[in-house]
Formats: sequence, C-alpha cells, structure tokens
Amino acid sequence: MRTPAGNKVYAMAAEFPSASALYEAAKRVRDAGFKRWDVYSPFPIHGMDGAMGLGKSWLSAAVLVGGVTGLLTAMILEFGPSWFIYPLIVHGKPFTWRTVPAFFPIMFELTILFAAFAAFFSMLLMNGLPRWNHPVFNWQRFARATNDGFFLVIEARDPRFTELEARELLEGSGGQHITIIHDED
Amino acid sequence: MDASAIAPDVLAAEASSSVERPLARVPLVLNQRNFAWLTERIAGVVEGPAPRWWWVAFAVCAGVAGIGLFCLGYQISTGVGTWGLNHPVGWAWDITNFVFWIGIGHAGTLISAILFLLRQKWRTSINRAAEAMTLFAVICAAIFPGVHVGRVWMAWFMAPLPNNYGIWPNFRSPLLWDVFAVSTYFTVSVLFWYTGLIPDLATLRDRATSKVKKFLFGLFAVGWRGSNRNWRHYEMAYLLLAGLSTPLVLSVHSVVSFDFATSIIPTWHTTIFPPYFVAGAIFGGFAMVLTLMIPARAIFKLHDIITPQHVDKMAKIILLTGSIVSYAYAMEFFIAWYSGNQYERFAFWNRVFGPYWWYWWVGMLFCNAMSPQLFWFKWCRRNVYVVYFVCMCVNAGMWFERFIIIVGGLHRDFIPSSWGMFHPTWVDIWTFVGTFGIFMSLFLLFIRFLPMIAMSEVKIVLPEADAHHVSPGERHVVAAGGGTGT
Repeated sequence: MRTPAGNKVYAMAAEFPSASALYEAAKRVRDAGFKRWDVYSPFPIHGMDGAMGLGKSWLSAAVLVGGVTGLLTAMILEFGPSWFIYPLIVHGKPFTWRTVPAFFPIMFELTILFAAFAAFFSMLLMNGLPRWNHPVFNWQRFARATNDGFFLVIEARDPRFTELEARELLEGSGGQHITIIHDED
Repeated sequence: MDASAIAPDVLAAEASSSVERPLARVPLVLNQRNFAWLTERIAGVVEGPAPRWWWVAFAVCAGVAGIGLFCLGYQISTGVGTWGLNHPVGWAWDITNFVFWIGIGHAGTLISAILFLLRQKWRTSINRAAEAMTLFAVICAAIFPGVHVGRVWMAWFMAPLPNNYGIWPNFRSPLLWDVFAVSTYFTVSVLFWYTGLIPDLATLRDRATSKVKKFLFGLFAVGWRGSNRNWRHYEMAYLLLAGLSTPLVLSVHSVVSFDFATSIIPTWHTTIFPPYFVAGAIFGGFAMVLTLMIPARAIFKLHDIITPQHVDKMAKIILLTGSIVSYAYAMEFFIAWYSGNQYERFAFWNRVFGPYWWYWWVGMLFCNAMSPQLFWFKWCRRNVYVVYFVCMCVNAGMWFERFIIIVGGLHRDFIPSSWGMFHPTWVDIWTFVGTFGIFMSLFLLFIRFLPMIAMSEVKIVLPEADAHHVSPGERHVVAAGGGTGT
C-alpha cells in the first residue's frame, strides 16, 4: 500500500482528546480483532493493558534470572578464593561453615546489582530500544505524545488492516485528526 | 486537552466536596493545572536561558568545589598527615563526612523506591530531584573512603583482582562489604534515576528547537515514544527497581554501621546501630531534600506542584525518623548503664560531659532530638521558615552526631594513657567545605539541564489521567465488551 506521495503506508492513526477516550477506543480496537496496533500517551494509563488485551509483563522473569546469577556470582567469587585459591586467615578466623553468614552481605549486594541490571536492560530489549527513529514520528502531531496528546495507531501490516475499516473504526471510536502515517521508504 | 473546559467543573466539584466530605483528599497538583501546563512549566526551566543568579551561584559553588579538589590533590600528593588524624583518633572528619553524605543519599531512595511501593502518590513531585540529590551525595561520600586509604593508587586492592602478591580481599570484613554496598547503591540508583528520566528526555526531545539539543535529548531518550506496549514493560521494570532498591537502601546504611558495630570500641560495639543509622540517614536526607526543594520551588514558581501538602508530609517523616533517632540515643544511654560495663558507661558520660560536650548538647540534643519536635504542630509544618530552620538544624546535627560517634568513641577508649584529642587542619575543613561545592555544583547543573520534576509521573496524579475520568462536555464512545484485567 502506498500513499499518494508514493511512500509505503505504515499505519492509520488518530488522536484522542483524553486518556479516558483513548481507553475506550482501545477496547473497541481490541474487540475488532486487530493485533498490530498500539496506543501512545505521555504517561502510563492505568488499566490500558487490559483494554488492549495485553497480559502481565514477563520482564520479572528476566529480573529473577539476573538476581540468581548475581547470587551465584557472589558465591563463586567469595567461596572460590577464600576456600581454595587464596585462603587468607584474618583474626585467626578459619573457614568453616560457621563463618558463612559473614559472606552474606556481598551475596546480597551482587544479587541486587545483577537483578537491577537485568531490569534495566531487559526493559530496553523487550521494548526494542534504543532505536534512532520510528515511523510514528513522521506525523507532525505526534510530538504531543510526550506532552498531552493521546494517540492510537493501527499498523498496515496487521492482517485485518484495510484503510477503510481502520478509518471507520477510528472515526467510530471518537478519533480526531485521523491520518495515514507513511513509512520511511 | 482544553484546560478552560475542565476548570470550572472541577472547581465546583472541589468546592462542593470540601463541604460535603471533610475527609476529601487535597489534590496533589493545585489550581487544576493540566498536562500541557505541567510540561510547559517543568520543561520551561530547562529550555529557557540560564538566569543570572544561576551563573553567580554556579560560579561560587564551582569555586568552592575547586578549593575542595585542590585540598584533595594536596592531600593525595603529600599524605594523610595533612589531616589532623593521630593516635588514638585514626578516623575523624573523613569518615564523619563519608557517613554524613551517604546518609543524605538515603532520603532520595526512600522517596523513589519505598514511597513508590507504598503507593504514596505525592512522591512524584519530588522524586526526581531527590534521586539526583542521592547520586550527588554518594559521589561526595565516595571521595572520603577513597582518599583516606592514603595511597589511592593502591585502591584497586579493594577489588577482587588476581595479582602476583597473592593478596585477596577479606570478604568477611565490613569494610569490604561497604565497598560492595556503596558501589551497588550508586549503580542501582543511577539505573533507577535514568529509567525514570527516559520519558521526560523524550518530552524534551520532542520540544527541542536546536539540532544539538534534539540530537542529545534524542540520544538519551533512546527512541522513547510513549507506546503502551513499552509502558507495560517500563512499569514492570520501574516497580522491580523500586522493589530492589528498597532492601538495598536499608542495607547500605546498615553495612556502614557494621564498620563500627563489629569493632570493640565502646559506643560502637552495639546491636542497635543498623536501624539507628538507617533512621538517622533518612532523617538527615529529608532535611537536605527540603533544604534544596524549598528554594527551588520558590525560584521556579513550582508551588502548584510542590504544594504545602508535600512539605507537610516530609516534615512528618522528619518528625518520625527524628523521634526514632532520639529513642536510639536514649536507648544507648540506658544500655550503657544497664550493661554494667565501665568502659561503656564512661564513654557515654564522656559524650555528655567530656571535652566534646557541646557537640552533644548542641548537635545531638538540640538539633536532632529537640528541633524536629516542632513538627508536632501543623502551624510549624506549614510555615516554610520554621521548616527551613529545623532542616538546617538537622543538617548540622546529623554531621555532629557522626562526629560524636566516631571521634567521641575513639578519643578516649580503654587506657587513659592512650587518650587524645582531635584537631582538624585547614585541609580537613576545606575538603569538607569543598564537597558542599561539588554537591551544589552538580545539583545546579542538574536543574539546568534535566527536568527536576518527573513530568510523566506527576501527570499520572492529575484526575484526568484516570481512564474513567470524564471531562464535562466530553462524549465517549463506549465499547460494548468493557475492559478486562484492569
């Protein structure tokens, strides 16, 4: 599909006057059976995940893996040298299982450290960030998405997408400034 | 979003609700400000030209920071003998300053993490600046243990690096725990702060007028576009970072207190130290948050975002933590007497009537224990001058408290023949003053180049951010199915 100017069509988009209007529109688009679409808002809207038919974010699993990795790293880092490579007796305190609690603080710190890195980087990774550009930025009005604008974008590569149906759905949901967003090429 | 359309109705609703419902919540953002106003006011601070006072303040702070850096250079090149350290006082201003600064950082993490988990929505107005304060305070703190080792070029010994000396860090030492705790704390705080900044950097990117700004904000905003599929993962990451930071912040000052508590020095060797230190850290940190935010609010006219309610709540936290600290002070005296240990009893007698008596009377008793008690009165919590006075008392008092704990414990320990006094040199004094210059310079740069209030978070507390909020005159096309999983 091409725009009159010859660009590839990325999506059909509309602006909504408020967070609640966007929320109601999202439910309609979800119920119409679209899969490749998204809403854009300056802040996360509580309940929007449900309105879009999205489940829980499984980023938490990555954080668990990060935390466990940190704990194991600390155990290897501490016990390996202390018991085997450089057994350093300080204050005459030998290495027995009784001294294990003294190793806990560093295990705790590295668990937190690795889990935090996992949270940050999996957030970027799962969101496909960082990226230099995105077709939605081709729409002039879209700059308000980080200020006070609420947008709904239905992508052209959605199997259900036809220009007519998308436009009608957005109009029927109360969308304003309905437009086609063109792709880069 | 048309503000004028909303305002009269909300105003009317507000007026009627205050009559009918005496327990109605006071709005967190006053005067029915809308999303666009918040963006304009907060981003406007960064986008406008630097005011003249900013240049003057920055020049002064950078100058003081320069003196501090000179003192550090002099101390590193000459040796720790330039400080007033001696036997028996081997730790003095250096470690006092370390504990003082790291404690200040704790309020930022409490606001950003613990209050987030507790769903305290008022935190959104202050969390960004408080987290920035945390980072800058930890930078100032990290200087002191870094240089007090004397030969800073040997600082890599603190890291577990294989080497041909066959030396390896002692993982059972609280000092090494401290290295891990503080560096983890700083790293996680940076990650948390930056995660929160991403949506706001995107706002600045979309508003940027010059190419350079657009590029730089664009680079650091990592292509954020406010997509809900992104917000979903973002919110989970934010929640988990808050969940991870909460035990972390409690652990950091606990580990700092282990540096003392695991030794045998009278007044140090106590089990009350971890909670006592954590409460003291939050106490001192909130005082510093208010010290910075009250002037910032006045200068940038942010009274609608940082409202009297915010100051009131922070004052209450100061009252709470101050009272916990006072209880700990009292309990220390009780245990010193109850233990029957003559050294412990003497050390506390010496704290009150010894050569450092006025540090205790002024710093611990008046500044820390008594002055926050003013916050029992609503009038005091609502009067910024009283609030500022108490915060200044607490800022000073918490430094004195650390000095009393550290030097007070060391200067008269077990054998009278080894007793001594500590006298700071000019290098001690100006290094400490210099860290204030570093701290304030960094904070001034922060308010100049980054949004000091989390725009995307403050917007959530507006009533119209709710998915079920209906503005007057707005007609909704409601889906038949309704929302699920909300």
